[in-house]
Amino acid sequence: MTSTILRIASRYLTPVFLFFSLLILYRGHNAPGGGFIGGLLAAAALILYAMACGVDAARAKLRIDPRILVAAGLLTALLSGALALFSGNSFLTGRWVMLHLPFLGELPLGTPLLFDLGVYLVVIGITLIMLFALMEED
Amino acid sequence: MGLAATIFSGFLLAILAPFLHRLLRGKTGWVFALLPLAIAIYLAGFHREVRAGEALRAAYEWVPTLGIRLSFYLDGLSLLFALLISGIGALVLIYAGGYLHGHAQLGRFYSYILMFMASMLGVVLADNLLALFIFWELTSLSSYLLIGFNHEKEDSRSAALQALLITGGGGLALLAGIILLGSVGGSYEISALANADGVIREHPLYLPALLLFLLGAFTKSAQAPFHFWLPGAMAAPTPVSAYLHSATMVKAGVYLLARMNPILGGSAEWHYLVTLAGAATMLIGALLALPQTDLKRLLAYSTVSALGILVLLLGIGTAEAAKAAMVFLVVHSLYKGSLFMMAGAVDHETGTRDVQSLGGLVKIMPVTALAAGLAALSMTGFPPLLGFIGKELIYEAKLQAPTAAPLILGIGVIANIINVTVAAIVGIRPFVGDKRATPRKPHEAPLSLWLGPLTMAAAGLLLGLFPGLIANSLVSPAIQAIRAEEIVLKLKLWHGLNFVLLLSVFTVLAGIALFFARNFFRRLAGRAQGLSFLTPSVWYQKGLDGLMGFARAQTRLLQNGYLRYYLLTIFLATMLLVFFKLVLPPGWQSLEKFAVARYYEIGLGVAMLLAALVALFSRSRLTAAIALGVIGYGVAVIFVFYGAPDLAITQILIETLSVILFVLVVYHLPAFNRLSGSRSRLRDALVALLFGGMMSALVLKATNLQLHPTISGYFAENSLSLAHGRNVVNVILVDFRALDTLGEITVLAVAAVGVFALLKLKLK
Repeated sequence: MTSTILRIASRYLTPVFLFFSLLILYRGHNAPGGGFIGGLLAAAALILYAMACGVDAARAKLRIDPRILVAAGLLTALLSGALALFSGNSFLTGRWVMLHLPFLGELPLGTPLLFDLGVYLVVIGITLIMLFALMEED
Repeated sequence: MGLAATIFSGFLLAILAPFLHRLLRGKTGWVFALLPLAIAIYLAGFHREVRAGEALRAAYEWVPTLGIRLSFYLDGLSLLFALLISGIGALVLIYAGGYLHGHAQLGRFYSYILMFMASMLGVVLADNLLALFIFWELTSLSSYLLIGFNHEKEDSRSAALQALLITGGGGLALLAGIILLGSVGGSYEISALANADGVIREHPLYLPALLLFLLGAFTKSAQAPFHFWLPGAMAAPTPVSAYLHSATMVKAGVYLLARMNPILGGSAEWHYLVTLAGAATMLIGALLALPQTDLKRLLAYSTVSALGILVLLLGIGTAEAAKAAMVFLVVHSLYKGSLFMMAGAVDHETGTRDVQSLGGLVKIMPVTALAAGLAALSMTGFPPLLGFIGKELIYEAKLQAPTAAPLILGIGVIANIINVTVAAIVGIRPFVGDKRATPRKPHEAPLSLWLGPLTMAAAGLLLGLFPGLIANSLVSPAIQAIRAEEIVLKLKLWHGLNFVLLLSVFTVLAGIALFFARNFFRRLAGRAQGLSFLTPSVWYQKGLDGLMGFARAQTRLLQNGYLRYYLLTIFLATMLLVFFKLVLPPGWQSLEKFAVARYYEIGLGVAMLLAALVALFSRSRLTAAIALGVIGYGVAVIFVFYGAPDLAITQILIETLSVILFVLVVYHLPAFNRLSGSRSRLRDALVALLFGGMMSALVLKATNLQLHPTISGYFAENSLSLAHGRNVVNVILVDFRALDTLGEITVLAVAAVGVFALLKLKLK
């Protein structure tokens, strides 16, 4: 599948998609979005790139093996849950810190966001594992 | 603190063992032996307090909600067992260094055996029954790893599995018994239960609890009909046989019986069941030992017999029997550990364990021969060794048994006669007579190989000459713990000329006579091979084969490899279960309650219906995939109509990716073709219609069904205040129900691994 338009478009669209996927991941706590949707969007971005420029190019662009993304995501989610154990709470209890930023006001940061980041990474990883493997089939 | 340290230091060293072994190499055994030695010295230091009736305690909360505490308790019984475990443990570590010298996985071996030692100490020191159970299972697990140590051999693996299945199965029974006892007695602490005994014995759940405890103890201590795993366990390296399968682990069942005697003992059920099992095992073990020619198997069957004696004595339940049991426990651990190590040394030096090809080794291996001779004499019950005192006490206890004394005594004499013969075959025969050709040219064993057996055999002689060394300091506090009363114990060699002494003399003489007639019995046993279908090991094998056969058959049936049958099975099973629920009250939602659909909703519905028809009748896979995509996007639009943006976004993304996935898969499929006949198409259509109808009915019913009070209100109210988030859906996913999500992403990861393996490895 070689299409110059798609190739050039994907070069610009993929970074935009990835940026939006991060935005959606972050805003998910208060508005529609979250790790699952963000992860799917990011995966779709990379799949678009792979369809336009080939799987090898997409893999090179991603740099990290999708399998490592899955492992890292699971570990991040596990770690976010385990953090509560150190303060004597049960596993996966949400812990929060309030950051006072000069212009943005109060910014709550918590382990659920870290957990969501884990979900985000796992979803990207498994989608890419499956689709890349299928696309590489000859 | 100290008590917990004695146990957990062993686990710590077990973890470090493989790394330390790389540094210490040949000296590992000697260095590691310092730990059990230190534990033995530390614990022995408490003998005065223990004798005075004080018990050393330590307790830590573990799972308070379930009543599981890590509580430890040192009384006379624990002290005696703990000293045997740590003392023999030190000798075995040294011995293993010599026996497995140069073995590539020696570091791992140390790790396993230290793990066993720590677990076994945990069993005898635990006060909480649930903690005891955990250590109990850990001994089974470490025994499994040690029996299967030579894991390249099929025999080792199956023997390890057999031991694990039997002792592990008994362990599960024990757990059930512990839970019953805990609910009857109101506590899991042994020390607390011992004070509430009257209540327990009269409770209707007493008998089930007792049976479950006995099942646990009998499997662990290789009582008939579970005895056969112990000879099988001889596949383990000899240090393991000496330590786990003669001196310590197999005594865990005996320990449990002794420990539970004040709580569960004293009833008629206890008396008959335990006595019967013990007496049967004592006789069966001895009879099976006689025809053996392999040193280790001879010792294994005689261990079964000795375990039977110990259990029998605890079943008799008199003060005399408890005395005899505790003395014989020490006697047996010393001589059997010693003989096993000797057998290993002989095997190591000559290359064979077959008694028929061994002879005249006394000139070549004098030190080993000395250890073997002393241990064998103690086994026959020859004065002035400790074994003599032990046997006298056993005969006395049997004579005074409250029921069936003549029968028990008669069986006991037969078993002891055979044991004398076995002692002569194992401990004397290989060293006397003419030298015979062996696979290896024999030498004296190195220090590490004879230190252990000689120390233990010498201890048997020393304690026989001066029994006062342990009588009051160690043995009588142990008996007090079993009997829960004050006991005065006087051990001496000379009891005067009485019936018991005559029995002893007769036993030894008959045993020597039997030794010379042993070949006759071997031939007799050879002729009885046809009866082997009667033995429990054959039933075990049949049961295991049957289980595996059943597993294979049902796997073939359910995992047939056809996607269409998988789907059919899932649909039919779901329908069966759901239809049952659908016909139950309450009834159906009346249609008047539903709002009238708006024109664009009707339009969307018609579009989705048309797409479904296209997917159904299309002759192109690509068209079908896109039509399915249309349905998916339609669902997303419905989510938008009803104010669920999260679901809508997710649905759109999933739909996009699954269309891509579909296209990628379709690309690899052969050309579209109708393969199934009209009959199977009709069947599929029927199932599909029924399933779709069921789903519709389910949704209608669900709106009218309120099984539990709804929790969405709670989530909506607390989402911002407790979890700092306004998006309730996401807060549920990552905070309120984060554990579910963690499970789901784990499942996704596993599924991805499966897909990857299928595609990349191209398994045929």
